[in-house]
Amino acid sequence: MIEVTGAAKAFAVRRRTGRLRRSRTVVHAVRDLGFTVPRGAFVGLLGPNGAGKSTTIKMLTGILAPSAGTVRVCGLDPSRQRTALARRIGVVFGQRTTLWWDLPLRDSLDLARRLYRVEGRAHRARLAELTDLLELAPFLDTPVRQLSLGQRMRGDLAAALLHAPELLILDEPTIGLDVVSRATVRGFLERLNTERGTTVLLTTHDLGDIERLCPRVLIIDHGRLAFDGDLDRLRAEVGGERLLVVELARPGPPLRLPGVAVDRVEGPRQWLRLPEGESAAAVIARLAAGHEVRDIALRETGIDEVVARLYRGDRAYRAQ
Amino acid sequence: MGDAARAYALLAWTWTRAAAQYPVSLALLAAGAAAVTALDVAGIAMLFAHAPRIAGFTAPEVLLLYGTSSLSFTVSDVLLGTSETLGERIRAGDFDVMLVRPVSPLVQIATEEFSPRRFGKLVPAAVVLAYALPRLHTHWTPGRIAMLPLMVAAGTALFCGIWVLTAALQFVLVDGQGATKAFTYGGAFLTQYPMTMFARDFVRGVTFVVPLAFVNWQPALYVLDRPDPLGLPAAARFTSPAVAALVCAAAAAAWRAGLRRHRSTGS
Repeated sequence: MIEVTGAAKAFAVRRRTGRLRRSRTVVHAVRDLGFTVPRGAFVGLLGPNGAGKSTTIKMLTGILAPSAGTVRVCGLDPSRQRTALARRIGVVFGQRTTLWWDLPLRDSLDLARRLYRVEGRAHRARLAELTDLLELAPFLDTPVRQLSLGQRMRGDLAAALLHAPELLILDEPTIGLDVVSRATVRGFLERLNTERGTTVLLTTHDLGDIERLCPRVLIIDHGRLAFDGDLDRLRAEVGGERLLVVELARPGPPLRLPGVAVDRVEGPRQWLRLPEGESAAAVIARLAAGHEVRDIALRETGIDEVVARLYRGDRAYRAQ
Repeated sequence: MGDAARAYALLAWTWTRAAAQYPVSLALLAAGAAAVTALDVAGIAMLFAHAPRIAGFTAPEVLLLYGTSSLSFTVSDVLLGTSETLGERIRAGDFDVMLVRPVSPLVQIATEEFSPRRFGKLVPAAVVLAYALPRLHTHWTPGRIAMLPLMVAAGTALFCGIWVLTAALQFVLVDGQGATKAFTYGGAFLTQYPMTMFARDFVRGVTFVVPLAFVNWQPALYVLDRPDPLGLPAAARFTSPAVAALVCAAAAAAWRAGLRRHRSTGS
């Protein structure tokens, strides 16, 4: 469904360095990126801000032409066959709507149907189904500008799926959504993938999206593929470490506990690194036995931290 | 081409309905446009009331030139005028949304916020032509009659081409802005607003005039049966469709090149 080989995107950036002089530097947003996504897959694309996720999405959808390498989506060259590709994929941007701001959602969807040339009967059936699954009924006749973010996102999803695309590409679909909307969107995407067989590729900063939805994770960092595999492997290899934040009754020297490294000390607070496989309960019990503890918090490693550690570490984790 | 026309009509109709969502605003804007139009017509009338002959041409003759070129320009403005907002669309990221729809982004940007008000711009040109045509002392041959719609059509095509060219230029102009943005994350781009505006007016001023001589002036000399003051050969009077086609081809090429250069913004 998606084949990316040696893709790169470089931007020439001119900067003023003096009154008249300008220097030209080349910024590599993406370099030597390669991966494939088979039909029916559900893939999460992760990476810190500025890693090249959006650039990748834009190359896949034909918005940007790659400066090197090849990108094939549904067997087409996105930047050269953009319009043909647009009929076969659905695209959702979490940060901006593809709906028409002043139109009621129903009219926006009807316009989308005409632009995508969906035949009337097929459209009605599909709209009824999407209305039901995404619970659109209460706000179908509300102008898009009056919709809440969660409602708008559901409307965007419906608009992107009216033409029954083979592939759905979502750029941060759950950004800014409340817990309920997030759950609706996740549940919907899961059904879309398992029941309809639609291939889904999404970018996110939310590890919850990945845990719930994506059997396979791609991590991009500094424009390169830093990891390609399933979530368990990612956890096992880099995310296994957890952080225990302990607040003691009074400031003291770094704690000494077997197998636990102290990361940071700030007054009475200490950050302890728990290696993978170490039981937090056992460490806490040992801690409480020898010290007066006021408060304890256990933190899973954040996704940005996982990625940062992954990239700082050796390249063994890179895609095979 | 048919696809584009169909999509254009559909989108223009949709935007018209969207504008109808704010009826009061629509009415006020229509009233404002009517007032400006009336002032335009009054201005032209005033000018010619005081100067019956300009550079050896009678008032109806000059009004024919004015009317045909103005009609060409306003038709192209109605059709494609909003394409000059391309730079802003690119900066705001809306342009990316247009690119993922199966419709030419040019059609989408040209129909952006389409309103029937736009047709009001045609009124001064139409009034001027309606006044000037019956007052011309021209021996109307079939060739001269046919030349009138032809020159308006060629002029419209020419101006459309130039709208697209100026829009395509913004792929490059926004370039420098996008680049600084990559470093400053947006802070500096406000200062560059006037630059785009200058560029836009400058390009408009220079490029509209030169090819227009072929598309409007030369055919008008034929219609009015006048010798060319600059002494160009008579054949130049029939080159307007070719010149218009040339400009349109250049515009299409520039637009495609611009799309390939498009570098989008942020996330």
